[in-house]
Amino acid sequence: MERLPSWVRQHLAALRTLLVLTVVTGVVYPLLVTGVAQAVFNGKANGSMIEVAGKPVGSALIGQSFSDADGKPIAKYFQSRPSAAGDGYDPTSTGAGNLGPEDVVDTLPVPGAKDDEGNPDAGRQSLLTQVCARSKAVGELEGVSGARPYCTADGVGAVLKVFADRAVSVNQACPAVPFVSTYQGLRVECGKPGEDYAAGRTVPVRGDAKAVVPADAVTASGSGLDPNISVAYAELQAPRVARERGLPVDRVRGLIAGHTAGRALGFMGEPAVNVLELNLALDKG
Amino acid sequence: MNPTLAGILFIGSLILALVLVHKPLGDYMFRVYTGGRHLAVERVIYRLLGVQPGTEQKWSVYARGVLAFSAVSILLLYGMQRLQDKLFLSVGMEPVTDHIAWNTAISFVTNTNWQAYSGESTMGYLVQMGGLAVQNFVSAAVGMAVAIALVRGFARRGTDQLGNFWVDLVRGTLRILLPIAFVGAIVLVAGGAIQNFADPHTVNTLTGAQQTITGGPVASQEVIKELGTNGGGFYNANSAHPFENPTSWTNWVEIFLILLIPFAMPRTFGKIVGDVRQGYAIVAVMATLAIISVTLTNVFEVAHGGTVPQAVGAAMEGKEARFGIMNSATFGAATTLTSTGAVNSFHDSYTALGGMMTMFNMMLGEVAPGGVGAGLYGMLVLAVITVFVAGLMVGRTPEYLGKKIGAREIKFAAFYFLTTPILVLVGTASAMGSAEHRAGMLNTGPHGLSEILYAFTSAANNNGSAFAGLTVNTPWYDVATGLAMVIGRFLPIILVLALAGSLARQVPVPASAGTLPTHRPQFVGLVVGVTVILVALTFLPALALGPLAEGLQ
Repeated sequence: MERLPSWVRQHLAALRTLLVLTVVTGVVYPLLVTGVAQAVFNGKANGSMIEVAGKPVGSALIGQSFSDADGKPIAKYFQSRPSAAGDGYDPTSTGAGNLGPEDVVDTLPVPGAKDDEGNPDAGRQSLLTQVCARSKAVGELEGVSGARPYCTADGVGAVLKVFADRAVSVNQACPAVPFVSTYQGLRVECGKPGEDYAAGRTVPVRGDAKAVVPADAVTASGSGLDPNISVAYAELQAPRVARERGLPVDRVRGLIAGHTAGRALGFMGEPAVNVLELNLALDKG
Repeated sequence: MNPTLAGILFIGSLILALVLVHKPLGDYMFRVYTGGRHLAVERVIYRLLGVQPGTEQKWSVYARGVLAFSAVSILLLYGMQRLQDKLFLSVGMEPVTDHIAWNTAISFVTNTNWQAYSGESTMGYLVQMGGLAVQNFVSAAVGMAVAIALVRGFARRGTDQLGNFWVDLVRGTLRILLPIAFVGAIVLVAGGAIQNFADPHTVNTLTGAQQTITGGPVASQEVIKELGTNGGGFYNANSAHPFENPTSWTNWVEIFLILLIPFAMPRTFGKIVGDVRQGYAIVAVMATLAIISVTLTNVFEVAHGGTVPQAVGAAMEGKEARFGIMNSATFGAATTLTSTGAVNSFHDSYTALGGMMTMFNMMLGEVAPGGVGAGLYGMLVLAVITVFVAGLMVGRTPEYLGKKIGAREIKFAAFYFLTTPILVLVGTASAMGSAEHRAGMLNTGPHGLSEILYAFTSAANNNGSAFAGLTVNTPWYDVATGLAMVIGRFLPIILVLALAGSLARQVPVPASAGTLPTHRPQFVGLVVGVTVILVALTFLPALALGPLAEGLQ
């Protein structure tokens, strides 16, 4: 040891330190925590799993999709929030959509065109159009108005690209009828797929719609696994679920209240309804 | 209760809790770093390490210890990732590709915890627990050791000895981080965070579809990720993931853990320099900046400006229902004011101005309160710059805590301050200069620039949070952000230790009528002003092209 150059000795000392601290903080500590956690909070340490007839059906903390194989909502179940995790609520691919607050212009799919992998061109929906489309779909499912500010009646973002001589409703693919016919004296055209409108000035049009569908119903969560919906969204769904199951609405509302966690200590977070537990309670009858 | 009042109470209760623990924790850390006794287990460890705990080091030896320890850490972590399929507990994960492994090794050793990978599909349990989480502990302890060495530089007189790096490292890990982490981990499990070694398993859901429920030693890693202001999530969704942050009260606990040590360090500083009023002044600067920033972030997010938030009716995209808007904004501010970078909501989808606040927090140099150690040493450098500026303005002798701020000292401080802005702006400019790297943006227009600016701000300041839309797992971004992280971490550390060495050699001059008092509100205001003005001058042009252009449309 003593004959080695000092910089080598120093790095060997550093390596020994790292290995010792790895044993302490990387082996002893997590095993100790695991031991205590498994002994004291067994169910929680293992993922708060819910079992029905002895079989696990999911975790109370991890949201699920309540839709059929085609992605259509199953009407007898309360629906979760939109999810950006994989194809929806995929715990192996968690995360958010990450689109920004001014992401308002779609790329319209070009009919007949193929993408790099040979699939039909799907274009790209802006965050605004995603919000508008979700709002419209929820409105139709629940039998209420799905209208929102900055959304067209056909469920896309109400956004114009304004040029010197014309304006284009860029998210409405031809032959759709633009949501306004004129803008400041300019004729408004429908959007032609494949045409580059980048040079125009972007003007989102608010309109006078008032949103009925709650905010959490039209936005993806951060994790993509949000197990909760707001009380407002649950209340909106109650009449439909009651009708599908032949239950009185008041009974469904009672179940919502029973599965709503209020703010912790009265002021932390927001009141939230656990969708999986609520649906399980409905299935139990 | 009305949501705004609840959100204000959430912030108020955090402040109250931090005020309550400030003194006991700060005093405890003072005893840890100045006590002469070694625990029995520590004596065993020192024998294994082959170090003499009684000997002290001058600044250059201390710095070489930091660098040597970090170098072997990077190599070991790189090796573990590349060979994870050959090791046990890999739960079927492939070896990590070379550029991601390099980036990740640097990222965790530098306390950045930038994640160019997705945890649940890349890292096995052994790498997470025995590699990444270990760095969560020791990179935090390294930062605290460097801060303590700088404080010793102010406190000591006529010596070149700054303490023993190995002792500071071991004590910080064993006596401060480990006990708090252990208690915190159990608390998080009580809230629902998982802690097991089960393989991912598939269940049949209520509708008959299949869902894979992931496992892992999450709580033990989650707690040190917050406590050590690291930020690297077990899962891609980080603290938004219900297994990492299950309830609204675990969310409170996690924010508390993030701010706990950084806000207590000034007390330790005050005790070591023998004048707790100096510590109160420093913590007052940190608290002023932090409270303003948390308030503004909350205001911008609640006001939900911008087309999409207006269409939605709330800035709810990328946020969890159980946390709501305000508690998400508070977490976002806390994580960027410190060097944590954990997220419980996705900053890319914040309102333009709310997102700008998270960026501005990092640009402040993460000093309000900053990383566990980096916050204090960053703030002390700003205090040195402030006394110098104040000295120039009124013709007073620049001195701080009795130590003269001469040419040598101010050069170290100035280089320290310039390091990260250069990395941020040069890095952003190089990425923007190439169509290939611009293609990594998910969003277009000003928001796309924000994504890249955020990435380099986060890397150079060792934060690790992201405007996550940017595709960063390309070789170029991995190498570029890796360089930003490694230079942004170690160059300032070397400068701080050199400054400490230079200060320790001085014999304090007695305070005179010409000495600027550094424990009064006047000084607090000066430091706040200097910090904000320096940062604004440096970054305003870049911010104007990104979030300001987007938010003020």
